Amino acid sequence: MGAYVLRRLWQIVPTMAGVILLIFVLFNVVGGDPAYLLAGKISNPEQIANIRKQLGIDEPYWMQLLIFVKQVVTFDFGASWSTNEVVSSMFASRLPASLMIGIPLLILETIIAVTIALAVAYVRGSFTDRAAMVTCTIAQSVSILVYIIVFQYVLAYKWGLFPVQGWGNGFFENLFKFAALPVLIALVVSLAPNIRLYRTFLLDEVNQDYVRTARAKGLSENRVMFVHVLRNASIPIITNLMIQLPGLLVGLFLIERFFSVPGIGREVILAVERSDFPVIKAVTVYVALATMLANLAADLLYKAVDPRVELK
Amino acid sequence: MNAVPIAASAASTAGAVGIERSPGLWSLAWKRLMSDRVAIVSMVVVIVFLLLSLASLLGLVAKDWNREVAVNYAPPTWFKDSHKPAADLKAGAPDAGPAVDGAAAKVEVVNDRDPLREVIAELKTQLGQSTGGAANADSGIKVVDPLADVMAELRKQLGRSGDGAATQVEEKRVEHLPFGADKWGRDVLKKVIQGSETSILVGFAAAVVATILGTLLGALAGYFGGKVDDGLNWFYSIFSSIPYILLVLSIAAVLKQKGVLTVVLILGLTGWTSIFRLVRAEYLKHKARDYVRAAKAIGATDMRRMWVHIFPNISHVVLVQLSLHVVLFIKSEVILSFLGFGVPVDTVSWGSMLNEAQNELILGYWWQLAAATAFMAILVTAFSLFTDALRDALDPKLK
Repeated sequence: MGAYVLRRLWQIVPTMAGVILLIFVLFNVVGGDPAYLLAGKISNPEQIANIRKQLGIDEPYWMQLLIFVKQVVTFDFGASWSTNEVVSSMFASRLPASLMIGIPLLILETIIAVTIALAVAYVRGSFTDRAAMVTCTIAQSVSILVYIIVFQYVLAYKWGLFPVQGWGNGFFENLFKFAALPVLIALVVSLAPNIRLYRTFLLDEVNQDYVRTARAKGLSENRVMFVHVLRNASIPIITNLMIQLPGLLVGLFLIERFFSVPGIGREVILAVERSDFPVIKAVTVYVALATMLANLAADLLYKAVDPRVELK
Repeated sequence: MNAVPIAASAASTAGAVGIERSPGLWSLAWKRLMSDRVAIVSMVVVIVFLLLSLASLLGLVAKDWNREVAVNYAPPTWFKDSHKPAADLKAGAPDAGPAVDGAAAKVEVVNDRDPLREVIAELKTQLGQSTGGAANADSGIKVVDPLADVMAELRKQLGRSGDGAATQVEEKRVEHLPFGADKWGRDVLKKVIQGSETSILVGFAAAVVATILGTLLGALAGYFGGKVDDGLNWFYSIFSSIPYILLVLSIAAVLKQKGVLTVVLILGLTGWTSIFRLVRAEYLKHKARDYVRAAKAIGATDMRRMWVHIFPNISHVVLVQLSLHVVLFIKSEVILSFLGFGVPVDTVSWGSMLNEAQNELILGYWWQLAAATAFMAILVTAFSLFTDALRDALDPKLK
């Protein structure tokens, strides 16, 4: 087990090196000279040379790459180009808001999607099943933008059930007042694809022999579906959850932007709009790292869920 | 399934005289597709959209989407009751009239904080253009309205720059349009057709780029294995470990010049990973099969085995992936363009329409939102259902 984890961690190194190289090529080589962006209109050559020196981009590429690697390893990306806020403390202060929306969403979405998927998989082929699948297909075809615009307009602006946007200071105030509508919208958007996906996972299991055996033993339908089928279908479900996990940080960027939630996703959008390269570079590198760690965690979870799984 | 009659009829359509030819994968799949009512309906819808955007591309329909044919925010014909906001604007027009004669420039500068400034400025541009003293008013407006230049340019092109009275301009504009009008009085129906062209074009082109890239790399990795496979897998793991949307945004941040081609490249160069994985697995499976070894025995080159022998046998996987990615990229393009990282400002796409509609909704003008949403939802639903049917038809084992 320990050896396995160590080996997997060791395998992360070359991939991570590749990610760093890709980001470096993208921003430092393709991205051109950011000094002109920063200097703005009132630039004179002296100023630009100064900025270039400050950013370290007057160095040769290999030196710049070393600086970038050092930044990644020491978690020190310096200050944002547009707000001068230190990038690491910026993320520390934005993380809680993103998690405040992401965690309730993940919990609710998993419970609801799995329950509905179990229900429609149980009555597979029936009218209910087909109606649910058609509804999901149509619901998936409407852009997430439309859900946000319409829900925000109707539920918050017209009916006043939720605040139109904003973010408070208190934990419970944020959770129940400001995060409620964003979570609701994200839930509606993510349910359709997840129900479809989980349904196919469950359908792979409901025709297996062990299900027939369980029924033959006289187990209740609830026990068959929730214990036997669900446990066996849980590996692909866990994979799907784990894949979603790192994306959750930035994946809610549209919702954070519309509702003025001071989260990481909104910060990424702002950074892209302002060409704030240090912020984008930092987010991309660390989210990539988080993705690889989440994949490792998923593999370890398989073992916990299904003892037959061998970690190689 | 009733395989015998299908096989028989397929053989007859193949036109084989004398020898019974067994039907190929594609003719069987076509039969299966045609026996599925949902597949036929969704295919017809997709084809209608494709023809529509092709016609728009060739300039047969919606060529003049940029013309201001109606009053600002003219409501859809079926909803005459919701005309109120537009009526307010019309009532405001006479007020703006007198200012045009003399000191338009001064009024503009003073009225800096007026929330209706833009609207009035626009009305004035219209009135000012059509009356004699256009030049004076124009130079005043330029100070505040960054679009004044563009507007003037457009008007000149449309050939109603100098002559003609104010009333004539008003007369030309209709009160209602089937799908309503936008902020500038442009026909939403034509706009949404134009938007379909952009979004569908981007979706297809990006899917083709991603599919070619994914198939090429996947085939190389799967077929040759060893070092090539290791290298390409490393490349794949880099791209797949960065969340898709983050990669897209990073590239959008770096590439400053906007254009349809840029969006196609952004989406295509980032979206090939899942195709790579699937195609690689297929080539791994096929390269050891007897027919490939037989091809090798008679001296077929690697390239010939890869593309002439194996590729036709896995092309159904590629086709389904292509179809899937068109939907995925259409959705991504809409989000990118909405955020302003997508197509340029003077190009209409569903995303840029949604962006405009977002602000209009607060004012009660919902028709542009409804049109863009409906067109997109219909196409994407039809395309998704078609993709499902295509997959079922090409690989009946999956069901």
